[in-house]
Amino acid sequence: MGFIESLLASPFWSSVIKVVAVFALLLVNTLILIWFERRVVAFMQNRIGPNRAGPFGILQTLADGLKLFFKEHITPRKVELGMYIAAPIAAMIPAFLIFLVIPIGRPFVIGETLVTLQAADLNVALLFILAMSSVAVYSIVLAGWASGSKYPLLGGVRATAQMISYEAAMGLALVPVVLFASVQIGGGPLGVGTMSLSRIVELQQGSFRGMIPGWFVFWLLPSFILFFIAAVAETNRAPFDLVEAESEIVGGYHTEYSGIRFALFFLAEYINMFNVSAIAVTVFFGGWLGPDFGLPAWIAWVMPIFWFLAKTYALLFVFVWLRASLPRFRYDQLMTLGWKRLIPFSVAWLVLFALVQAWQTFGAPWS
Amino acid sequence: MSFFDPVKGFWVTLRQMFKPKVTTQYPEEKRSKPQRFHGRHVLNRYPDGMEKCIGCELCAGVCPARCIYVRGEDNPPDDPVSPGERYGFIYEINMLRCIFCGLCVEACPTEAITMTQLFEMSVSDRQDAIYTRDELLMNPDGTVPHPQPESPLIDLGELRIADGWMRATAPSGRASYEGTPGWTPTAGIGLRPAERGQKKPTVDSPPSTAAEASRHSDLAGDSGLGTGASAEPEGEAN
Repeated sequence: MGFIESLLASPFWSSVIKVVAVFALLLVNTLILIWFERRVVAFMQNRIGPNRAGPFGILQTLADGLKLFFKEHITPRKVELGMYIAAPIAAMIPAFLIFLVIPIGRPFVIGETLVTLQAADLNVALLFILAMSSVAVYSIVLAGWASGSKYPLLGGVRATAQMISYEAAMGLALVPVVLFASVQIGGGPLGVGTMSLSRIVELQQGSFRGMIPGWFVFWLLPSFILFFIAAVAETNRAPFDLVEAESEIVGGYHTEYSGIRFALFFLAEYINMFNVSAIAVTVFFGGWLGPDFGLPAWIAWVMPIFWFLAKTYALLFVFVWLRASLPRFRYDQLMTLGWKRLIPFSVAWLVLFALVQAWQTFGAPWS
Repeated sequence: MSFFDPVKGFWVTLRQMFKPKVTTQYPEEKRSKPQRFHGRHVLNRYPDGMEKCIGCELCAGVCPARCIYVRGEDNPPDDPVSPGERYGFIYEINMLRCIFCGLCVEACPTEAITMTQLFEMSVSDRQDAIYTRDELLMNPDGTVPHPQPESPLIDLGELRIADGWMRATAPSGRASYEGTPGWTPTAGIGLRPAERGQKKPTVDSPPSTAAEASRHSDLAGDSGLGTGASAEPEGEAN
């Protein structure tokens, strides 16, 4: 064990291992997620979905990926080549970066080092996540404009507007969480909040009377709902998928992309879906917290990871359920929802929550 | 408009997950095809073994896709192939051009060409898709050769379910022919089940003698449209 201990003790090598692990985890997850979505949507539509490639069709995504890999790169003549090639890469980078700050499991100790199952334990993790999702908008803008044709331009412009509007709602929905987390940290000087995701998960430990877990969602349900709706819109998923609706604008921003470039956009969308589910689970549903069922130590370390994945996939099921059930929003309905409903609601909820917390913490203003 | 109306739709979608699926898992399950399904063509024979095709080229003439090529030859007098003056010596159908409209079946005066229910005809070479007389003509025992062998995808039994063009004299038409087979079934198959509104056919074995076959075609010749050319298996001068 000496070699592994020293490997994990050095910050460089442990980071490398974690980054590679996150990369592998996200890619494998995307494979499973795409299969999961196709099967669940098919079941909801009274049909079977892919079940031929591999047992239960699990290798279908791999087959599709390989097919896209071998397809010809059709580059139209009017594209701005630099941005056209950079856009899919720019879509993938924030998707991977966001997941680096999410804790997957309980930290454990090997030798003398504490290994956190989180590639980077930033103490401004929430802010970092919001920043990265803003960067992700750039890829859509670039793809839409650099393609040099009508449908991608329209799709790209609409996608940009949509993503920017719902990011505001997403950020505002997360502010009460930081507020609540600061209140939960009792004993410290007032105003010490935390945006660190690992700390937020720790704060959700415990339970009320042994039955209801101490997750933030029971205090902050409106925040969760607002965040969830904004997240669905942010990732361009149905019912907010006007930008890539095949029946409306052919393919939207990825019309002119083929082969592996299209595969990268596709992958980025699903990785983002997984990311926002993971964030929602971490912040509202206790992340990797969950009962151990008294398993022996050598297997009990898997349980937090299992709980994290189970909760994330439960939320992803809701994503897929939304896609299978709801028709698409029209663009003006979408913008109305974002600016006239979600943002005022989140601001109102923030003010209300802040007032209530301040009342509880400081007492009445006139006392 | 209750509060839960927007949410009720989700329950519907969720419920569907537990209902039976409508997909048929081809090729393990296959859907049943309609009776008059337009599948692969077959050149039929009479129960006594003579070919029905008389080389008249009506099918080639009516084909809108011009995919049939027929050349007739006079019947050798001592060993006639078909009951008539001529028989289809060269008979080729290009399955890639065929649009499966069934006009050739309608046009054939002797019901020589019919369509079966097999549609799995994939080939990997264009030349293989031109079905020649050897591949189209049924064997004297009623089986039909097919370029591809029997496999989970290809059920050669479907080739023996001949469709036939039901003329006005057929059991589905006139009431006096209810229960009576009005057309000669291909060898080895037997009778069709009764259509809606008809009595069950009383004869359920194929006519095994030429005499029975001529009796059937006598009834069919009554209407005047008739299968006159194939009435007498002994051949007659028209």
